[in-house]
Amino acid sequence: MTNFVDVCALNDINKDTGVCALVNGKQVAIFRPAATDELFAVGNFDPIGKANVLSRGLISDIKGQLTVASPLYKQHYVLADGSCLEEDVSIPTYSVKIENDRVLVAA
Amino acid sequence: MSAAQNIVVIGNGMVGHKFLESLVAIDDSKQYNITVLCEEPRAAYDRVYLSSYFTGKTAEDLSLVSEGFFENNNIDIKLNCKAESIDRSAKTVATSTNETISYDKLVLATGSYPFVPPVPGHDRDNCPVYRTIEDLEAIKESAKGSKVGVVVGGGLLGLEAAKALHDLGLETHVVEFAPRLMAVQVDEAGGTLLRTKIEELGVKVHTGKNTQNITDGDQCFHKMEFADGESLETDVILFSAGIRPQDAIARESEIELGPRGGISINDHCQTSDPDVYAIGECALWGGMIYGLVAPGYNMAKVVAQHISGTGTDTFEGADMSTKLKLMGVDVASIGDCHARTEGALSYSYNDEVNQVYKKIVVSADKKLLLGAVMIGDADDYGNLLQLALNGIELPANPEALILPAMDGMEKPALGTDALPDTAQICSCNDISKGAICCSVQEGAHTIGDVKAATTAGTACGGCAPLVTQVMNAELANLGVEVNTDICEHFAYTRQDLYNIIKIEGIKSFKALLEKHGTGHGCEICKPLAGSILASVWNEYVLDDKHIGLQDTNDIYLGNMQKDGTYSVVPRMPGGEVTPEGLIEIGKVAKDYGLYTKLTGGQRVDLFGAQLHQLPEIWKRLIDAGFETGHAYGKSLRTVKSCVGSTWCRFGVDDSVGLAIELENRYKGVRGPHKIKFAVSGCTRECAEAQSKDVGVIATEKGWNLYVCGNGGMKPRHTDLLAQDLDKETLIKYIDRFLMFYVKTGDRLQRTSVWMDNLEGGLDYLKEVVLEDKLGLASELEAQMEALVDTYQCEWKTTIESPERLKRFSHFINADEKDDNIKFVEERGQIRPASEDERLKNVDLIAVS
Repeated sequence: MTNFVDVCALNDINKDTGVCALVNGKQVAIFRPAATDELFAVGNFDPIGKANVLSRGLISDIKGQLTVASPLYKQHYVLADGSCLEEDVSIPTYSVKIENDRVLVAA
Repeated sequence: MSAAQNIVVIGNGMVGHKFLESLVAIDDSKQYNITVLCEEPRAAYDRVYLSSYFTGKTAEDLSLVSEGFFENNNIDIKLNCKAESIDRSAKTVATSTNETISYDKLVLATGSYPFVPPVPGHDRDNCPVYRTIEDLEAIKESAKGSKVGVVVGGGLLGLEAAKALHDLGLETHVVEFAPRLMAVQVDEAGGTLLRTKIEELGVKVHTGKNTQNITDGDQCFHKMEFADGESLETDVILFSAGIRPQDAIARESEIELGPRGGISINDHCQTSDPDVYAIGECALWGGMIYGLVAPGYNMAKVVAQHISGTGTDTFEGADMSTKLKLMGVDVASIGDCHARTEGALSYSYNDEVNQVYKKIVVSADKKLLLGAVMIGDADDYGNLLQLALNGIELPANPEALILPAMDGMEKPALGTDALPDTAQICSCNDISKGAICCSVQEGAHTIGDVKAATTAGTACGGCAPLVTQVMNAELANLGVEVNTDICEHFAYTRQDLYNIIKIEGIKSFKALLEKHGTGHGCEICKPLAGSILASVWNEYVLDDKHIGLQDTNDIYLGNMQKDGTYSVVPRMPGGEVTPEGLIEIGKVAKDYGLYTKLTGGQRVDLFGAQLHQLPEIWKRLIDAGFETGHAYGKSLRTVKSCVGSTWCRFGVDDSVGLAIELENRYKGVRGPHKIKFAVSGCTRECAEAQSKDVGVIATEKGWNLYVCGNGGMKPRHTDLLAQDLDKETLIKYIDRFLMFYVKTGDRLQRTSVWMDNLEGGLDYLKEVVLEDKLGLASELEAQMEALVDTYQCEWKTTIESPERLKRFSHFINADEKDDNIKFVEERGQIRPASEDERLKNVDLIAVS
């Protein structure tokens, strides 16, 4: 079922920033936090701002949880599970992995 | 209910007006018919700041009358209308306009008039006095074509007047009958130092001079002949030799006066006729005339309560302590400064090197402070005044109160806990310690909040350090820990981090976090660190080690709009643009279908650009000679200007030229928040410079520099920092001012709020920027120079690097566009489609 798609080279994502990839018609925001070697993939759509912008948000450590702060209105979405810390909304999460310095996403 | 009472007020000066305000505030004025007779052609204005009329303030600026005050409160104000006589048996007042007005209660607020010594020749032309706006006009007129000016009188007002003459460009002299300046408030040693300092500023002081005759001069218009045989030639003689109560109308109607004039009043401010009150400088209470505004305001409140029957406050005299800056010199005087109390002892400290003199007078048992004098440094005024007014027991070594702090010797601080709640902390606005504590209890936890809630410290600002002490003590009492940490990752303020980054030479967020922080950083500390790193080292903000720190707008060097598109703003220094440039911007906007609008900062904003279009758009703009406008940055935005003397019939100097020079100098400088400038070519102020962080206005004598204004949510007018500057000095001061703000401002704190929270306020800022009190000036200038030297157009750097451009694409792995961006047409241009329009899917414009 899990179908990983190669989206870019690891070095195409600046450390501590995100990019957006188009995977099976879905907009996926992929983050590369400086805090860890892991990557995170979540939906790119901001359900509060209603725009495809989350990949452009700041990676933010809130009480030990890695989140992305929406670039529009600054709500925090937890990268690991897609929950929102301020409002009763959530965003989808996707599997992502690094193989041979390539970034693979399943969506 | 009985018929409405007729209240007649004679005089609409500061105190007369305060009475009106107090009366209508207490009670519904509609039960009174209030008539005000005002001899002057204009209603109440601020006489305390009269000299600012010479530095650009207008009569409107000085007005104390809030809009619609008289109309809304049913007050009949008669301007140019003098009260001629009072008929106390008929209870009427006859006016110069031949009206007869009857009263139930009459309030005399006639004020005082300047005393002109009856020297032969005192009534010659060019002998003005200094009290009203008309007097200032006369002084200005006399100064035209004059070279030399003399002020007769070396008291507080005389020195104010001397400053006015000096500002008008006259060679200025002060002639004083007494052997020293400010003989009432200052002792001999203090007077000597004050004289030295004032003479250093270019004003010649002549004490012990008894003017006997004024006659025609040889080189100048007048010659003053003194009793000692000497003489002095001058073109203007300004009399400021004290005031006399304006009591003639009371004398004529046989109301009781004091032996040397002044209308005698009781504790309710009633005269010998209980239906007639007298307040302010015309009134004599306890054998004394109170020539300050605060006691007058107190009398006004007492009378308002007495007439309305709503209170029992009485006037019980007033403290005449003063602190002021005379021609830039700090002067303060408290209580019995001449040690006239029996058994009084005094301590004094005289530093001729730094020109500071301080004296305290204590009781025979050394337990109470009776008085003090300070010249050259009046920072201790607030503490000493509280000790004196509240009878607080002095420390064992009272001399330490005025000695400079030495190593190992702590200056005894006044514990504000020792003050009673009734202690008056702000004397201008009569705010007690209790009121300040109350505001703190109600949630005001910064000095800016306390000022806003109580008005304490908002008039002269002299009490601001004390207000801060009271606030901090109350916060401690409440157990409120004021957490100034910027976020969970750094237990520091912005100012701390700025200093750490600068002093330790830290060049990346990673290094900062490892050394001084915890965790991984957030959307508070990352952009903050990014901003400070840019302020200090000025590296390319999209460099690998800084890119993760940039907020929404900075990270793509554009302003993100609600739909995820960006707006593009090319820099247009001073708002000047060539037709070719404008055409090129128009072509770009047309080719990319961008919504086009002019900004408030005199440039063009292009909306609706998608991420992948940004580099193409910028390449074209840069090729056409434009640079980034930093509309996305917490940095200098624009320097707005009027067209100035090059075209304008009224322009005094080239405002556009200066605006362009300033914008090019400070472009790209990042700070705690955005920074806006404006330059006006004359005092008509078409560029609205007095609402900007930095405003510059041309005058006949050079540039005036205004700072810390703001439009926006909480408008604030600027404060005048310095005047009549040449361009070089102007730029030097702006360099220092901006870097000092960058160094000490809080995160996202505009200069207006920064100023409101600056302990010591405008005076302190002047000391730092103009007088270099902190010894920082050359460092601040050098830092600014380094920022100017390392400026780069970030968009130029970006489009020249293929590596950097990879990020400017909606998808890292596809050329498709974001299909969520939808526009519709409105007034011939695009705008983002509403949710409803998206659902209905009608009239959507194809996005290229």
